[in-house]
Amino acid sequence: MLGDGILKGLAETARNFFGSYVSRDRLTTIQYPEQRDPQIEAARSFPFLVFDGADWQQGLRCVSCQICEKECPPKCIFIEKSKDKKPDAVGKPQFYPVRFDIDISVCMSCQICVEVCPFDAIKMDVDYDLSTDDRFGGLLLDRQRLAKSNEHYNKIHPTEAAAVDAALAEERAKAKAAAEAKASAAAKAATEAKAAAVANPAPAPQPAAGESQ
Amino acid sequence: MTQTLDQIFVLAKHWLLGFLPAAIQPFCSALLSVVAIILVFATLFAITTWLERKGLGRMQNRLGPNRVGPCGLLQPLADGIKSLTKEDIVPAAADHAVHFMAPVLLVAASFLGYAVLPIGRNMVLTNLNAGVLYFFAVGSLMELAVFMAGWSSRSKYSLLGAMRAIAQMISYEVPLVLASIVVILHTGSLSTVAIVDRQAVYTGIWPHWFVFTPWGLAGFVLFMVAATAESNRSPFDLPEGESEIIAGYYIEYSGFKFALFFLGEYIGMFATSAMAITLFLGGWAAPFSFLTWVPSYLWFFAKLLAIISAFIWVRGTLPRLRMDQLMNLAWQFMLPMTLINLLAAGVWQFMPAGVARWPVCAAIVAVPFLLLARGLKQKRKFQLRTYRFSQ
Repeated sequence: MLGDGILKGLAETARNFFGSYVSRDRLTTIQYPEQRDPQIEAARSFPFLVFDGADWQQGLRCVSCQICEKECPPKCIFIEKSKDKKPDAVGKPQFYPVRFDIDISVCMSCQICVEVCPFDAIKMDVDYDLSTDDRFGGLLLDRQRLAKSNEHYNKIHPTEAAAVDAALAEERAKAKAAAEAKASAAAKAATEAKAAAVANPAPAPQPAAGESQ
Repeated sequence: MTQTLDQIFVLAKHWLLGFLPAAIQPFCSALLSVVAIILVFATLFAITTWLERKGLGRMQNRLGPNRVGPCGLLQPLADGIKSLTKEDIVPAAADHAVHFMAPVLLVAASFLGYAVLPIGRNMVLTNLNAGVLYFFAVGSLMELAVFMAGWSSRSKYSLLGAMRAIAQMISYEVPLVLASIVVILHTGSLSTVAIVDRQAVYTGIWPHWFVFTPWGLAGFVLFMVAATAESNRSPFDLPEGESEIIAGYYIEYSGFKFALFFLGEYIGMFATSAMAITLFLGGWAAPFSFLTWVPSYLWFFAKLLAIISAFIWVRGTLPRLRMDQLMNLAWQFMLPMTLINLLAAGVWQFMPAGVARWPVCAAIVAVPFLLLARGLKQKRKFQLRTYRFSQ
């Protein structure tokens, strides 16, 4: 009969209409600013800089090698290298970024900076509601706004961060062992030199130069 | 007591007019009624936009507006403020005067029809003896406004939309008027008040609404389909066609003029719905004789809200028709059916009152309907479409 399809459709919409009042799980709406869906672990939005410890300026892992700046396809990263050095995450003295800006209005969230970073210093964040009323300044994130703690990283990407932490710990341990071996070797050399000096005394004070290294 | 409650607005008007000198009383009486009609139906428009968004949302398992006020009830107010504060853009190439006049004329034309609609017992602005004729005459004024809007914008989309709207409105005006003629045939009067009075009588508890006769039922369904097309509502919203021609004839309108188009369209929809109520659903008459103590205007608005809900329901259900489907429906189905219905009403008129005329009239309507539906279905041929240039 003409029109029975229409009646079927009307029945369907009526079922939806009344059903949405009866069963709550029909309504899939999430009241966004108040309610949020839990994010999946692979979620990513824009890069941030990881720092260890409490002070972001001290603990920044970035050594300002500028690989990410060069690799960035839309060229949204700007880095200024420091003149002096300070110890990095492992303990080696390294340069650090005096300026590190990411223009997230340009950033396309490709994650290439994260892929190329040899120091695990830049990672992807999960913040997505970054709207601002200042279109230029508000979206140009500087060093301080980019710096986020390792704890934050652990919270947003637990498995990935655990792997990074383990690798870093291993590297630190290796560096420490190397330093210890070096120190003990130096000490041994010093005692040997001392012993030699005691055996046949010389005027030049050589051990002091050896220890300072 | 129920008498007073029923006539409370009429009595209040007379009481107010008592303070005025007799010379200006007729003028002020008309003015009062006009202001009341405009206020009431503009409020109904606001409520309907909220109802529509809520209802459509629920049909799609959404919540609908729920931020502004309790249950989003103040959403129409927020929408109004938004459209008032938006920039009013007029295209440089547009005909400024006509571009401005089109929405104003649309709203004015859509309000004109209310002059003859009986909202309650003794509550009608003017009891014209050619009321139905007047209603359809001012209803077709809306087509002029629509074409003014489309033409004056100087935009391809709005012109296309206006052309579609004109083609559709003129096509569906024919079945609309023909579907209502059966009532005029039966009552022998063009006065809306007389038509409602004929329906406000009861046999036992049952009312004499025309929708409860074979020709009345068919006429009501045909009238509602034509009214849907006439007021550019989904599934006949081709003139707007968001996905094809963006917004049709009012694409070049923004701000409050756009809101006026919306208002005009909804007011026109209420007017045709109210006409359907007046012609077929007994106007302000109660559905059962034991419910006559409820004030008449409440019945009218209850029926109006029911029809509005049906409109929303249909909008949430059906997809938009194609232009050829639209025209086929009007000329191949609606027009023959209204003419057959006219025949049924005539037979009803000339057969002796009794049980015999019920099956006869029902058969006169139902048999051609089934045959026509079958014929239209069979005529549909599916074939591979060939293109001249794009292959």
